[in-house]
Amino acid sequence: MKIHEYQAKALLKEAGVLVPNGVPIFDLDQVEAAVNELGGGTVVVKAQIHAGGRGKGGGVKVVNGLDEAKKVAGEIFGMQLVTHQTGAEGKKVQRLLIEEGMDIKKEYYFGIVVDRASECPVIMASTEGGMEIEKVAEETPEKIIKEFIDPALGLRPFQATKIAYGLGFEGKAVRQASALFMNLYKVFETRDCSMAEINPLIETGDGRVLALDAKVDFDDNAFYRHKNIWPELRDLDEEDPLEIEASKFGLNYIKLDGEVGCMVNGAGLAMATMDIIKLSGAEPANFLDVGGSANAESVANAFRIILSDPNVKAVLVNIFGGIVRCDRIANGIIEATKMVDIKVPLVVRLEGTNAEEASKILEESGIEMTVARGLSDAAKKVVAAFK
Amino acid sequence: MAILVNKDSKIVVQGITGSEGTFHAQQCVAYGTQVVAGVTPGKGGQKMDEVPVFNTVDEAVKATAANVSLIFVPPPFAADAIMEAVDAGIDLVVCITEGIPTLDMLKVKAFMKGKKARMIGPNCPGIITPDAAKVGIMPGFIHKAGKVGVISRSGTLTYEAVAQLTERGLGQSTCIGIGGDPIIGSQFIDLLALFEEDPDTDAVVMIGEIGGSAEEEAAQFVSDNMTKPVIGFIAGQTAPPGRRMGHAGAIIAGGKGTAAEKMAAMTKAGIYVVKSPADIGETVVKALAR
Repeated sequence: MKIHEYQAKALLKEAGVLVPNGVPIFDLDQVEAAVNELGGGTVVVKAQIHAGGRGKGGGVKVVNGLDEAKKVAGEIFGMQLVTHQTGAEGKKVQRLLIEEGMDIKKEYYFGIVVDRASECPVIMASTEGGMEIEKVAEETPEKIIKEFIDPALGLRPFQATKIAYGLGFEGKAVRQASALFMNLYKVFETRDCSMAEINPLIETGDGRVLALDAKVDFDDNAFYRHKNIWPELRDLDEEDPLEIEASKFGLNYIKLDGEVGCMVNGAGLAMATMDIIKLSGAEPANFLDVGGSANAESVANAFRIILSDPNVKAVLVNIFGGIVRCDRIANGIIEATKMVDIKVPLVVRLEGTNAEEASKILEESGIEMTVARGLSDAAKKVVAAFK
Repeated sequence: MAILVNKDSKIVVQGITGSEGTFHAQQCVAYGTQVVAGVTPGKGGQKMDEVPVFNTVDEAVKATAANVSLIFVPPPFAADAIMEAVDAGIDLVVCITEGIPTLDMLKVKAFMKGKKARMIGPNCPGIITPDAAKVGIMPGFIHKAGKVGVISRSGTLTYEAVAQLTERGLGQSTCIGIGGDPIIGSQFIDLLALFEEDPDTDAVVMIGEIGGSAEEEAAQFVSDNMTKPVIGFIAGQTAPPGRRMGHAGAIIAGGKGTAAEKMAAMTKAGIYVVKSPADIGETVVKALAR
């Protein structure tokens, strides 16, 4: 799960990490109060969307005084902000963060992620603040300091100090930086983050070390530990409406750009089904895992969600019935077709327990659909159905 | 002979009195697996059908000499259940549970360092050695005893591959679902090594997916150590970057972990890389004929 910068900064601040003073804005008439609260003068207007590269896309501007702040906020608020992470259509800016301007002496990068290969949290830090860490890793890997954390012990103070010296901090700033690292790790651990990134981390002219930006992602699996907080932090405007709808029914749906809707049980088989649609000359319209049960209700909901996408020209149902018998699934599909009006060609492939019997049930149901045997047959038939 | 589990494996099912635990324990017994014990704290002394239930894994192991644990414990308690099994001296822990927080799994992995136990999963269908032992939730009937090993990060896609093999008369030595999470007990390389050593395995099918670098490491291992043919498929060739495709571990992050990268590394290592998931069975036939 992703959250906004201003929300991440609030979590950081609570844990003792220094962040600039700032006020989130949900409506343009809040700008004046925010700027006044920050004492007027130089402020930064920052678009809040769930994507990186906001500065380059024109979503972050430094301004002087209230009038300019109002003008710039008016320009950014409501714009379709396009960055390298949003896709060409961009994302509509519906929240702003207005922050005090900072006297930046030096910028750094500091991030914590789970490293799959070494199976522990790893800190990456660099003097190349403001740059994307992937780019630094590619072009100048020697500029990245990596520190592996024992997940049972957490970040030890000596490690934090080592990183601070490694980045070139001097004098009092060393202790400030290492304290910030310790506090950020505390956030990473206690908030079940999959990533916590400060880019840039800055040292100011007066020797303070602050998080100028903050990006925090949560591990969805840990939701049960944060039931009271995460729903408040979730911004539904940042998610696809169909994906939100699917999640209400426990369906795992991801919208894509193609024309063949697919309904599959199991994530791996769902991806493989998308792949074979592509190999057969069409594009998948979605990823959808109906889960283990695949009963009439879940199948009907899945149909409804797939067909809400106007690009869908045909639907492929691909279910491998294991413990759940295919004849039951076939009956579920027949029930579902009565609950949802399916106006595009439908191809169904059932494999596994009682597959023969299931195909017969489908063929004799009188419902308009093509029954396929095997994966490639199914993919060919669904592509042929609309091309 | 196969690998990991056989007729002599003695299984303890953790979470046996839950609905999933009960159902699948019964299915395992019906397949002919030796399920010798169950564990649910507070339900010690009860029975699930003929299977005695204990309060702790330690008690179960002492009373029944169980050496394999099959875990159906819900996510908040699953990491602890794995550690309990490891602490009780279990050789092989198979964790089916989906949805364990990553930071919990990191602690489990740290706990397991230096201990003899091997873990499969979590978020996996388990292990089956056809006609000998089913330690998981896969449908037993699609399998057939034989000489092809299967290792996969997926569930139903594994069944798909197995069905393609069985349909062509190719039986399996052992099939292992290693799990769809980012942090798992055993990787492709750990099991490829076991299959290479196993005289009953002639070829190995490995089914990977986007995310992480386990397939690239496996490719290196195959190129350095394997004499047996390996047939590979990667799911998610059409997956968009930055999105988690159902499995917690299936995500292209920072441009890394794409299917194209993995397929290139595997092809370079001499693995028979299959583009279409429909061609897995046929490719194994061809690889074995060479």
